[in-house]
Amino acid sequence: MAVLVLVDHDGSAVTQPTRSTVAAAQKLGEVHALVLGAAAAAQAAAQLPGVTKVLHSDAAQYAHGLAEPIAALLVALAPGYSHLLAPASAGGKNVMPRAAALLDVQVLSDISGVVDADTFVRPIYAGNAMATVTSADAKKVITVRAASFDPVPASGGSASIEAAPAAEDPGLAQFLGAEIVKSERPELTAARIVVSGGRAMGSAENFHIIESVADKLGAAVGASRAAVDAGYAPNDHQVGQTGKIVAPDLYIAVGISGAIQHLAGMKDSKVIVAINKDEEAPIFQVADYGLVGDLFKVMPEFEAEIGKK
Amino acid sequence: MKLLVPVKRVVDYNVKVRVKADGTGVETANVKMSMNPFDEIAVEEAVRLKEKGVATEIVAVSAGPAACQEQIRTALAMGADRGILIEHDGVLEPLAVAKLLKAVVAKESPDLVILGKQAIDDDMNATGQMLAALLGWPQGTYISKVEAADGGLKITREVDGGLEMLQLRLPAIVTTDLRLNEPRYASLPNIMKARKKPIETVKPADLGVDVSPRLTVVKVEEPPKRQAGKKVGSVQELVEKLRNEAKVI
Ligand SMILES: Cc1cc2nc3c(=O)[nH]c(=O)nc-3n(C[C@H](O)[C@H](O)[C@H](O)COP(=O)(O)OP(=O)(O)OC[C@H]3O[C@@H](n4cnc5c(N)ncnc54)[C@H](O)[C@@H]3O)c2cc1C
Ligand SMILES: Nc1ncnc2c1ncn2[C@@H]1O[C@H](COP(=O)(O)O)[C@@H](O)[C@H]1O
Repeated sequence: MAVLVLVDHDGSAVTQPTRSTVAAAQKLGEVHALVLGAAAAAQAAAQLPGVTKVLHSDAAQYAHGLAEPIAALLVALAPGYSHLLAPASAGGKNVMPRAAALLDVQVLSDISGVVDADTFVRPIYAGNAMATVTSADAKKVITVRAASFDPVPASGGSASIEAAPAAEDPGLAQFLGAEIVKSERPELTAARIVVSGGRAMGSAENFHIIESVADKLGAAVGASRAAVDAGYAPNDHQVGQTGKIVAPDLYIAVGISGAIQHLAGMKDSKVIVAINKDEEAPIFQVADYGLVGDLFKVMPEFEAEIGKK
Repeated sequence: MKLLVPVKRVVDYNVKVRVKADGTGVETANVKMSMNPFDEIAVEEAVRLKEKGVATEIVAVSAGPAACQEQIRTALAMGADRGILIEHDGVLEPLAVAKLLKAVVAKESPDLVILGKQAIDDDMNATGQMLAALLGWPQGTYISKVEAADGGLKITREVDGGLEMLQLRLPAIVTTDLRLNEPRYASLPNIMKARKKPIETVKPADLGVDVSPRLTVVKVEEPPKRQAGKKVGSVQELVEKLRNEAKVI
């Protein structure tokens, strides 16, 4: 039986976490992709290497990613699939457990490894332990930790595109609107470099110090919970156990102490830099390069130095 | 409006857990236990809805060993009216908890169930969505705002890229995100008062629910350890190392 991947997209391109999910799905069987929304996104999904079929629907009920109609559709499609996967994005985490319960299956959340068709690795306790679990359910419903799987390329495949069957819309919730910040910067979970600021930034204005360095490096901007709670950075910038999980080539933590909940979101980065005025800060225990100093002095110097060739 | 608030007993968020030497799980003996932080936020929101006159009664429910009484008492001290302990000593996965909660919902008929978005021990982020599915109710996950509006609920959710606003029919399920509120500390008089509030105990069998786990833990391991690297003396040295040693910029 094939495996089905629920695709996240921006209306045209497929997100990088989705491409990582396809990589995880390939370990389980032939991959089909479900694309809800713009036809351009279905065409993008059809080009993913390893995807052999794209199911597409642009029905209005799926336009805003509401969990209720999408879970109903997944349940309708489930008989044809052994595994249903989605990236562990805000959308995937919202929809997949609902679909799993409708199928009477225990969802496998945020897997970081595929051992075999029934056995998966998933982090627990903020990644302080890795559990290998075997599911006895006939069908597996899974969300995938994108940072743990190298994404498949965006092109190279040529899948057929078919219309997805229509499922009933339970009509339980209504989309009122959204405040989505469109940024020119790379997406946090896909970026090669991430620069994050913590409570020490002190204000939203000062947070521009982080953004400015990020722009010089072509990096994404992240934040600790404390910085988000204080309103210095938007909520979707939060890196950590209950925010986004990132594993870039370079992670620069500025004025972040390194609480376990923050480390949970970034400790798999390849190279970690910590800039903190407290030499005892726990962040230094995971940092490859630590610089003890006042960020307000260090960061302008850092920005100037990376500007020099 | 009647509210149900499921609260989970978990290892306190300040504890750095250790994996057991035999690889069967993490050490939970003699470790500080607390209410899951997201559930404190759920209880706080319920109490605020009651203070605003939107809610009339708050029932706190916890599934797990008898010691979960402590977390129910905490909820009662924060302002919940009564508690239900679903006593069970083995593993309870989100699907099983959702089935237990569904049975409680059938008895209690709440208009709204407020759960945490994620338990910080299993990091599943699933129970609320699963309960909503089993009940056929709408779900508002990761909320940072909730208000009664147009005979239902208007909620704001934290999503990738920003915020999203939904209108939910009642009855409904919502799950809390960190920025919904800041939970209060229970005052001493309220802790005393909470001792007199009733807690009913039931067993999964009384609710007719099979809670057998679907997942078998093969092993639990420590994640790969990261070595602390070196301290650099200057910005110039840092940039030089990033360019020529790590080759990441
Ligand atoms: C349920 C739960 C979930 C959580 N989830 C997350 C999560 O997903 N992500 C997350 O990040 N946190 C999370 N937290 C919060 C976490 O426990 C910490 O409180 C938070 O990460 C601290 O943020 P911080 O490091 O910015 O602030 P602080 O801990 O206050 O650290 C500030 C640091 O800045 C340094 N500093 C101060 N001034 C300067 C200066 N001028 N120059 C240089 N350095 C300076 C200080 O030495 C200090 O180390 C969660 C907590 C709970 C309870
Ligand atoms: N054993 C339990 N007893 C009561 N509530 C629970 C239990 N397990 C999970 N929950 C609720 O479900 C939420 C999400 O948990 P989880 O799906 O395990 O991440 C928690 O924040 C609680 O509100």
